[in-house]
Amino acid sequence: MKNDSSIWFDIVNYTLQILFTLLCVYPFYYILIYSISDPQQALKGVFLLPNGFTIVNYTHIFRLDNMLNSFFISVLRTVSGTILTIACSSWLAYAVTKNELYFRKTIYRFVVITMYFNAGLIPWYITMKELGLKNNFLLYILPVAVVAYYVVLFKTFIEQLPPALEESAMIDGAGFLKIFTHVIFPLSMPIIATIAVFASVGQWNTWYDNYFLVSDDRLQTLQLILYNYLTDAQRIVSSSNLQDLNRGLAAKISPDSIRITITMVVTIPVLLVYPFLQRFFVKGLMVGAIKG
Amino acid sequence: MKLKANRVTLFLMVIPFVIIVFLFNYIPLFGWLYAFYDYKPGIPLSHTEFVGLKYFKWAIEEKDDLIRVLTNTLALSFLSILASPLSVIFAIMINEVNSKRFRKVVQTLTTLPNFISWIIVYSLATFMFSSGGLLNEVLMKLHWIEEPTTVLGNSNATWWFQTAITVWKNLGWGAIIYLAAIAGIDTELYDAAKVDGAGRFQRILAITVPGIMPTFFVLLLLNIASVLSNGASGFEQNFVFYNSQVGDKIEALDYYVYRVGIATGDVSFGTAIGIAKTLISVILLFSMNALSKRVRGHSVF
Repeated sequence: MKNDSSIWFDIVNYTLQILFTLLCVYPFYYILIYSISDPQQALKGVFLLPNGFTIVNYTHIFRLDNMLNSFFISVLRTVSGTILTIACSSWLAYAVTKNELYFRKTIYRFVVITMYFNAGLIPWYITMKELGLKNNFLLYILPVAVVAYYVVLFKTFIEQLPPALEESAMIDGAGFLKIFTHVIFPLSMPIIATIAVFASVGQWNTWYDNYFLVSDDRLQTLQLILYNYLTDAQRIVSSSNLQDLNRGLAAKISPDSIRITITMVVTIPVLLVYPFLQRFFVKGLMVGAIKG
Repeated sequence: MKLKANRVTLFLMVIPFVIIVFLFNYIPLFGWLYAFYDYKPGIPLSHTEFVGLKYFKWAIEEKDDLIRVLTNTLALSFLSILASPLSVIFAIMINEVNSKRFRKVVQTLTTLPNFISWIIVYSLATFMFSSGGLLNEVLMKLHWIEEPTTVLGNSNATWWFQTAITVWKNLGWGAIIYLAAIAGIDTELYDAAKVDGAGRFQRILAITVPGIMPTFFVLLLLNIASVLSNGASGFEQNFVFYNSQVGDKIEALDYYVYRVGIATGDVSFGTAIGIAKTLISVILLFSMNALSKRVRGHSVF
């Protein structure tokens, strides 16, 4: 069946895909090999392989002021924020599938409409301040407890579950909350996995709430620390551990190595999480897409 | 009676979440009031003067700024929309590969940029493209250039460069949705076409492309509806890549609102621009939805 033009098509097709894939991967590979290269040798250039090998960059960055703490804050907001989002959004989605809910349609519309408008940056900023969320950890997680898009995805998923399961639990006398936690939630794992990826990556990547409304260093996130180091060279020297500087470590490290290593540390969690859950979110998106 | 009690309990257990939605999505709308007052940070609204549409008129008077920012916004959005068929092409290309493993590897690796924050994108771009970055190093070693140059500070290249960054970040992810649309095409169509002697290109053009079109059309309408903050004109991308050399070319509407409203402190003026933007976006969204109804017979949302 294969003819010449088809073979040429394959060659061009594979080549272009490989090139674009390399274009997507190489920057990450580059920061990986740079971060494990010897800082001084790396200045002469790193291309395909690490130049010397060391983990001094990694040991150094975790001794920078506030680095460990902000790592902890980022993990905390990701874990707690994701759990909160899933719990609140899925419960609300389940409730609006119930005919027994008073004002069911009104409530659903009230939630869904929020996808189509946005008050804007300044009103958001002022509202958060008035609600007392300035320099408050809750700023990171509470505003996204209910996300309209996730409610729609959950609701669509729950609606296609066989109603018989729920009815038998109902006959056994279980209330709505019990049916939700014991029947619906465990059956919703595919969509929960999908939303968990979106929500956790979103939490990990969000920095503007931190930038605009949190000046307290103890609540600083990793993303913002990275941004500060990228834009302010002086900061690397000034926040380095004094003992390190005295031992002459400062001569061995370079600002670029530090920046690249921090970038790597901020990227690694995403690299670890998303590929394994990819098959879930492709499936989960489909559920949403069929409805849309 | 038990059912009644159950219904009341259910309702009460939903109320807190409705309140959360109200607090974080509706309450900020009251902040629109600031656009109609001479608001100064720190002074309560009740002590400030009502000025009506003063700031909206001011926005029109300050038209030089606004025209510059709107030009950037529309240029960046338009280029992103122009690039959107690339995801369709990429999906078709992946679909034409027989090896399942190859497809999976390509899909997984090309969606990676979608999952990283704009700060990381900026960080990577700095290491690649800054004057001391990898690209300059390579080009100088090859003696293709004598002096380091940087696209990050070149205002003539900004629109194209920002669009390229957007494509890099979104292409693989965008293709996933189209691959799903292709998966939904009836395979019998392909078999029948093969029997009829249709070649590979004919099958792509006659079956795959029409099969994807409805999805592409919906996404295109949504992109047009969000033209004021779409693609490379989005706030986060603007924010990280903004610098004084490219400021005139990169600054789009959302960044402008931030700059005048928060960085400079003209809260009322910034809010007025933000309101105008939201209203235009909502109108666009409904127009696109109406267009979709007329052309395709059903609505986008």
